[in-house]
Amino acid sequence: MSTLNPTLDHADHADHGDHSHGHDHAHKQSFISQYVFSTDHKMIGKQFLITTMLMMMVGGALALAVRWQLARPWERMPIFGDMVFGADGGQISPDAYTMLFTMHATVMIFLVIIPVLAGAFGNFLIPLQIGADDMAFPTLNMLSYWFMWPAIFLFGASFFMYGGGPASGWTSYPLLSLLREAAPGSGDAQTLWLLGLTFVGVSSMMGSVNYMTTIINMRAPGMTLFRMPLTIWSMFITAILQAFALPVLTAAGFMMVSDRMLGTCFFVPSGIVVNNAPPTVGGGQTLLWQHLFWFYSHPAVYIMLLPAMGMVSDMLACMCRKPVFGYKPMVYSMAAIAGLGFIVWGHHMFISGMNPALGMTFMVSTIMIALPSAIKTFNWIGTIWGGRVQFNSVMLYCTAFVSMFVIGGLSGIFMAAVPVDIYIHDTYFIVAHFHYVIFGATLFGVFGAIQFWFPKMYGRMMNETVGKIHFLLTFIGFNCTFYPMHMLGIAGMPRRYADPYHFPYLEHLLPLNQFMTAAAFLMGFAQFLLLGNFFYSMYFGPKCGRNPWGANGLEWTAPSPPGHGNFDVLPVVYHGPYEYGSPVSGDKDFLMQTEYVPLAQRVAAEEHH
Amino acid sequence: MHWWFPGDGNAYSTLGGKIDDLFYLILVIVSVTFVGTSAALGYALWRGASIKPEEKVWFSHGSHSLEVIWTIVPSAVLLFIALYQLDVWAEYRMKGFAKEKDGSPKQITVVAEVTARQFEWRIRYPANGKPLKPTPQPDDIYSVNELHVPTGGLVSITLRTDDVQHAFFVPMLRVKQDAVPGKMIPVWFDATMPRDYEMLCAELCGWGHYKMKAKLVAQSADDFEAWKNKASAEQFDDGYRKPAE
Repeated sequence: MSTLNPTLDHADHADHGDHSHGHDHAHKQSFISQYVFSTDHKMIGKQFLITTMLMMMVGGALALAVRWQLARPWERMPIFGDMVFGADGGQISPDAYTMLFTMHATVMIFLVIIPVLAGAFGNFLIPLQIGADDMAFPTLNMLSYWFMWPAIFLFGASFFMYGGGPASGWTSYPLLSLLREAAPGSGDAQTLWLLGLTFVGVSSMMGSVNYMTTIINMRAPGMTLFRMPLTIWSMFITAILQAFALPVLTAAGFMMVSDRMLGTCFFVPSGIVVNNAPPTVGGGQTLLWQHLFWFYSHPAVYIMLLPAMGMVSDMLACMCRKPVFGYKPMVYSMAAIAGLGFIVWGHHMFISGMNPALGMTFMVSTIMIALPSAIKTFNWIGTIWGGRVQFNSVMLYCTAFVSMFVIGGLSGIFMAAVPVDIYIHDTYFIVAHFHYVIFGATLFGVFGAIQFWFPKMYGRMMNETVGKIHFLLTFIGFNCTFYPMHMLGIAGMPRRYADPYHFPYLEHLLPLNQFMTAAAFLMGFAQFLLLGNFFYSMYFGPKCGRNPWGANGLEWTAPSPPGHGNFDVLPVVYHGPYEYGSPVSGDKDFLMQTEYVPLAQRVAAEEHH
Repeated sequence: MHWWFPGDGNAYSTLGGKIDDLFYLILVIVSVTFVGTSAALGYALWRGASIKPEEKVWFSHGSHSLEVIWTIVPSAVLLFIALYQLDVWAEYRMKGFAKEKDGSPKQITVVAEVTARQFEWRIRYPANGKPLKPTPQPDDIYSVNELHVPTGGLVSITLRTDDVQHAFFVPMLRVKQDAVPGKMIPVWFDATMPRDYEMLCAELCGWGHYKMKAKLVAQSADDFEAWKNKASAEQFDDGYRKPAE
């Protein structure tokens, strides 16, 4: 179905006579083309969402295994340990431990957070919120989903290679990741990991190109750039970030694959002897990988955050029944985060041995990136201020997003300051920090977004009580797991240690770690509530109309769920997206973007004000 | 229940003390910010929840002057934090390369070459009274997983790795530096008190990353010299003694 020119579509229906009234079931689709190889952005979004939710459980299981080892080092792990590490008596061996945290990060970052934001919600929301009937390139869109699967298979298959899964961290610093002799997991597993990463990259890139084109070209009449919801702005900025940053990672990945398989030496210095293997011939630089990797992966941190910021802005305005405070500053600060995001990658490398003078410039740019984040936070509080707060689960998730983001942002300042970073670099402080941002902020935003847009996806509401219980358990579990990590970091406990209690000065941290592990298990099992609620509500939730939340966006003018082609009436946009509680909205407290208010009425309201 | 800096909470190096001061400075600033924003958020939520049905929401799209205030104030604070840190960093990583005011090169004694490998630390000292050469000398002294340094003044080690990346980390001294394949990196620090410090690896280096346990032994200059003599004597002792006459 052509999407660039909706009138063609109408002409098509006219030819078939009586079909013209029903956009949604205009073409009868086979099961395969409707549910599997679908080119409908909504179906692709749902495919992404369900895939990422299942992957979240996989990544969570890996994390719980890591936590088990930290709470009960070298003890038999019931069930999971017996199944996976049966040969070792159910205990996690140190090399298995390195594989567990490597794959936890890999799954969570590349198969959960990035695809759930851009893939699931980007896909689902962009055409609906800008009033388009689909993406600009529907087939490319379908491919972007299906390119995830080779990645999932490659990551999965890497566990079954000789020596086990990749074990050099999600950052895969050479030479550990590069020389086969360096670690058991640096054999074929690492090659598969790199190829999997490339597939994820291709998938993201196809999405990114599609989103940019769609947002630029396919907005409904009246949808000017500054009438776009902040979700769309965030997706737009994220797509630009991805388009510019991703090629660097892909290139670096290919360089590493060629170092491993073709004998080039981009990252290999000469004369290195690993595990009594022959010396390397070399001539390369290991630091080059770190630069290339972080040149992508730092902007990727914002790819993992900005869309959630946009969605939370939308949800907060709706749940507080008042406009977003400072719409344009919100847009500009997102743009500033994206721009500055390209010149801060060196803060991952303060003590890596790069030129120390660079530490100074990277510190200043990194600390200054806190500014747009602060502006956004103040504007969110301004949005809540003086509103009519609806304390439903969506609002709870959004509140958690804001306050967890405050903690995550502030703890970032410690690490941005180079001298302090000397001490806390590669300790649990950093682990606390990025979990506060990626889990505390992004994932809570995503949980809210699932609850908020679920009615539009399936035409049914999710259960509110279960949502609140899920929120409460996750929130408590999250804070009890990750807040103490700040303390571990200050106590000097390094990351990625299979057994930190091996060191006398860390021995006393065992009880605290056991408490954190208990909290982590609580949090992990709470996610079954989300899954249960999601799949139950899909079939048995109460049905809802087009606009159950009383929201303003274009997506709420479409039927729930929207049919193929989205809108039964071509939307025309007259307002910005956040006219909640507007004096011209009459007896309701929202004013949909498509609702035309005659000039006389607007003038009257103005005078009355 | 000691969930703070290791040991008694003090840093045992001059620079470490400064790092801790900066840490506490940031801690104060972020705590104030956290309490302030959380209070504002809490108040806004409480007011939003207790709003009466007939009351209208505050229909506002934002305030230019508020935006200006909360752009300028944080940027001033952030810029202050950033600039205030520069000097300590320069002292840790850069000033050792600079010349003294009178143009002579800095006098930081290079005590040892520390080479990390999977999964131990190998340390090479020059013989007493000799400078450390980049290549091993016949009279060099070697130790494994035990780095001896003199107290009372800056010392320098040359950090290397034989295989993959490692990081030299002495928590009590607040010193950390990655060891990079193919590079020799000077690390300066001082130890203010003669005692043993724990020393470990802080960069993932393989399955045994957690077991690169070592200690740094800080001794007075005399003890250090005496230890070197003793270690040298032990190392070069071949067990041969002249038969008793």
